[in-house]
Amino acid sequence: MNQLMKEKIVLRVISKFLIPYILLFALYVQWHGDFGPGGGFQAGVIFAAGFILYALIFGVNTVREVIPAYATRALLAIGVLTYALVGVASILMGGKFLDYNVLAHEPTHGQHIGILLVELGVGITVASAMITIFCTFAGRAEDKEEDAET
Amino acid sequence: MSDDLIIAVLMVFMALTGVAIARLHNLFAVVMLTGIFSLLGAAAYVVLDAVDVAFTEAAVGAGVSTVLMLGTLALTNSEEKPAPPKNMLAALAVVGITGAVLIYGTLDMPHFGDPNAPIHHHVAPRYLNDSGTEIGLPNVVTSVLASYRGYDTLGETFVVFTAAAGVLAILGRVRRPKRRDERAQTTEQTSGGGKS
Repeated sequence: MNQLMKEKIVLRVISKFLIPYILLFALYVQWHGDFGPGGGFQAGVIFAAGFILYALIFGVNTVREVIPAYATRALLAIGVLTYALVGVASILMGGKFLDYNVLAHEPTHGQHIGILLVELGVGITVASAMITIFCTFAGRAEDKEEDAET
Repeated sequence: MSDDLIIAVLMVFMALTGVAIARLHNLFAVVMLTGIFSLLGAAAYVVLDAVDVAFTEAAVGAGVSTVLMLGTLALTNSEEKPAPPKNMLAALAVVGITGAVLIYGTLDMPHFGDPNAPIHHHVAPRYLNDSGTEIGLPNVVTSVLASYRGYDTLGETFVVFTAAAGVLAILGRVRRPKRRDERAQTTEQTSGGGKS
């Protein structure tokens, strides 16, 4: 399937053209979530969609060269840990768990930092979860094709 | 008024898509239709001013989950096995009664957009009035999601983490080139497992 997709010149050129903008839009949704619609969940999914589109056209193995399996597995945990550690940091700085007010001198500034970090954690986990799930499914399909060929 | 019209049209399309999904036997077409169903839902959320939800629905429902279903179809057959004829009347009765009970349940609920509905008088006014000074963000949705409801969002993130970990536990394995004798062994095992 993937071999065929790669030979379609329209798909190949258009997807290569679109993927940078998808990733850029994901970053915009991530960092602009405080002001416009969006946030970690949406940004993570859009970011993963860029990688998944790449995997659909060029194959899972090509994507795994860009972002290897151990990297997505590590990022999966790093995202959740970022979120939880923000909570731990707010305890250490004299507040309650996930009370961002104490993270900076001014309460609203602390809230801003806390929300930014927490949304980053959500984004990292969601993006790596989507990439992991897709690559695990699609990787099996590719293995099956390879097994059938040999 | 025009919003109601757009919503009504979208709902009709969604209902038609649902009927088509139930009637079709080609699973490839069914997967595509579920994607269309999600996209129609996302459009409805935009009309309802729930842009954040629309974002998620379009990206997850119409995008990623459609691709995941296609990935699953690549592993299985894309044609549904014809089911033996069953008692259709009983099924219709169950679905009809359940639907009627659900509609009966909505009769007691406040009308859509009713400003006196309980949900608009619990914590919503406080979020809308005070989040600007307490949190300092223009987007109240983000303030609620990441700060007021930080615990819930942490839990949701753990759910996403657990989902990926579960998929890895079931399907994930270290990808390495198999030796010929190993490959023969695994095909034996899988064919044996299929029969039992």
